[in-house]
Amino acid sequence: MTRPLVRPPRKNPILRTRVPTLPPGGRSRVALGLTAGAARGRFELQVCRDCGAVQYPPREACLACLSSRLDWREQDGAGELLSETLLRHSNELFYRERMPWRLGLVRLDCGPVVVAHLHGDCEPAPSRVRVRAALDHAGQAALTAIPEKDTPNMADDRQLREMTCDPRFRKVLITDAKTPLGQALAAALAAAGADIVWAGYAEPWKKAPGFELLASIPQVSLLPLDLTDSRAVKDAAGEIGGRVDILINTADHHRNTGIAARNGVETARAEMDVNYFGLLRLAQEFAPAMRARGADGQSSAVAWVNLLSIFALSNFPPHGTYSASKAAALSLAQCLRAELSGAGVRVINVFPGPIDDEWNQLLPPPKIAPARLAGDIVEALRGGAEDIFPGDIAQEWLERWRDNPKALERELAAAR
Amino acid sequence: MKRPRAAYDDVVIAVPVTVPYVRHSIRGAHWFLARALAELLKVSGLGKHQIDGLCVSSFTLAPDTAVGLTQHLGVTLRWLDHIPMGGACGIVALRRAARAVQNGDAQAVACIAGDTNHTDSFRLNLATFSQFARDAVYPYGSGGANASFAFLTAHYMRSYGAKPEDFGKLCVAQRDNALQFPHALMKKPLTLEEYLTARPIADPLRLFDCVMPCAGADAFLVLSRADAEELGLPYARILSTIERHNAFPDDPIQYRGGWALDRDELYAHAGIGPQDVDVLATYDDYPVISLMQMEDLGFCEKGQAPDFVRRHSFGVGGSFPVNTSGGQLSVGQAGAAGGFLGLVEIVRQLTGQALGGAVAGARTGLASGFGMINYDRGLCSGAALLAARGGPS
Repeated sequence: MTRPLVRPPRKNPILRTRVPTLPPGGRSRVALGLTAGAARGRFELQVCRDCGAVQYPPREACLACLSSRLDWREQDGAGELLSETLLRHSNELFYRERMPWRLGLVRLDCGPVVVAHLHGDCEPAPSRVRVRAALDHAGQAALTAIPEKDTPNMADDRQLREMTCDPRFRKVLITDAKTPLGQALAAALAAAGADIVWAGYAEPWKKAPGFELLASIPQVSLLPLDLTDSRAVKDAAGEIGGRVDILINTADHHRNTGIAARNGVETARAEMDVNYFGLLRLAQEFAPAMRARGADGQSSAVAWVNLLSIFALSNFPPHGTYSASKAAALSLAQCLRAELSGAGVRVINVFPGPIDDEWNQLLPPPKIAPARLAGDIVEALRGGAEDIFPGDIAQEWLERWRDNPKALERELAAAR
Repeated sequence: MKRPRAAYDDVVIAVPVTVPYVRHSIRGAHWFLARALAELLKVSGLGKHQIDGLCVSSFTLAPDTAVGLTQHLGVTLRWLDHIPMGGACGIVALRRAARAVQNGDAQAVACIAGDTNHTDSFRLNLATFSQFARDAVYPYGSGGANASFAFLTAHYMRSYGAKPEDFGKLCVAQRDNALQFPHALMKKPLTLEEYLTARPIADPLRLFDCVMPCAGADAFLVLSRADAEELGLPYARILSTIERHNAFPDDPIQYRGGWALDRDELYAHAGIGPQDVDVLATYDDYPVISLMQMEDLGFCEKGQAPDFVRRHSFGVGGSFPVNTSGGQLSVGQAGAAGGFLGLVEIVRQLTGQALGGAVAGARTGLASGFGMINYDRGLCSGAALLAARGGPS
């Protein structure tokens, strides 16, 4: 059984911080199909459209009938552990620094045999396991075999923790904790065992219901932070930047307007100032320290979470300028992801459907509740995905977008 | 209807050459291959112009292939082959070359295999060994073949009751053989106790279960019997050969190799049986695969190799001489040359040219090859039955 994680001792400031190394990240283009699924938290394998064969490793043709019509389909991952090893010697620095490492050979019930990282609680072979796909530090899909049934403390498994961004014993910054989402996140992270939750707030003259209660949560520490103020962001980074393991950017400026309904650019500029330039300011001040701390012990810097919107994928004309600011933020987040990739810090983009808040008042339900969204974000940190689409609306828009982005554009235009 | 296979009448293998192995080298693969060819010419007495066929195997020749090597070494050829089949390359080279000589496409084929080993070349080779390895194996712990063979070994032990002592007995015997073989990199005796208590590498594998990568080359010459006799070269005759790729793809984990599919044909074609084999060279990068070869090549039933090992001794004077030069486990694995080492040793044993211990009266030898852990198993297997000049026909 996995031993529960214990709170790490305070960092010895005299010791050198280890430079992050990564597991091998090279993949063939066809293998990136596995990564595309894992990025959304799914374990998908190639399935032949002509003969139905399921195959792995990824191929350019069907192993059985040589068809090239291969679709990536979600699999349940159930299988049998055929053999295992405890690796004590590795040719790569990343693993060399983490020896020993448990590996398994698993025959999936759907057919293929896979090499997988093997959770410490899996029974010796032959035994039943579940295989999951998650992104590793290199940002590539990696398969992990976990016990068939959950075990106590299984998230604390040393190898599994290398695949996740579990907030337990980590220090988290929420850039805007005044909103209902920010407050719900602070509570959820504290409940998930976060060591410190810095609750950022701007515009102190503007009281938000419930915000002051946050201070009563022992782990929560209030932090003035206005993302539109470069100086304030720099000061905050100077104060806590070297300790932030998980940064969750919830700051969001949202108005309901398209182009024709309002003269001038002031509203759009305000949205961009928070949603796009705010992210840029944050990234410039906080990312360097996180990049340096990608391998800083058990509670290293692991994740940067951006609150985007499903509107970032395709413009929603009634919230047209807001959509544009989120699309800009998405593009910048991809840049940030690339720049943090060398440190193994995961950039998680959150694409919720409309949140049930005042700026979405006129949108019909279903709208995602802030507490539910906070829960999904914490789950994403515990999992292995980098793009999440919480709520029914987001799921449906995503499906429509993946199926035919032009059709979605027309449908959204009609919603005007 | 299946067409009958032609015999290898009047084609022979001669001039076993080893370019001494070294742990690391600053030379390129071309250097080792050049030394192998030069030694082949020197021993055979042939001039460069008399070699009209060349067969090359190497992992570290990039960006060159055999083609580049012709200009690099200044040879003009009418027959050229490049065999990237790792541990099966020696057997396959012999098969290809023998048919070329038999059919007159070439008169004398030099088969050479070799690699260099810089301090970091092993890792670089592993990382890009195959598309499946890069996509689906190497990112998992980056253990290379150690991890793959750990899976197979653990599964084999569980299935057939093999004990560490069984693998150890073979490794210790091969080390004893190696102590007499001048080119072996391992010069120190190995005890079973040392084997059993060595550093664990990838459970259940320990240090002496794993080959040591090194640099070096091996070579042999394939030519007609008449030419060999005219040149006064000792030779071995080719009784039969087999090769197989991606055998038993539906086995969830490898517990047998392609030999199991082809061995009946091998012995029928040769007109002899496993009981007639005087000396065996298994492909031995890890001992479990040697045990599988003992089973799949018909020396014992599937699953009986542990018992077979317990009942036999493997030295040159033993009841079942195996890997009489020490095998890769004690000589070293010079990349693709690992696919030649056993074959070259069998030729030496059958031609009275043993560099170390000689198996007295060896008339028939079997060399086996196994190569290319492309994903979860070795894909290439092959074997060659050879006979001494006056041996079975």
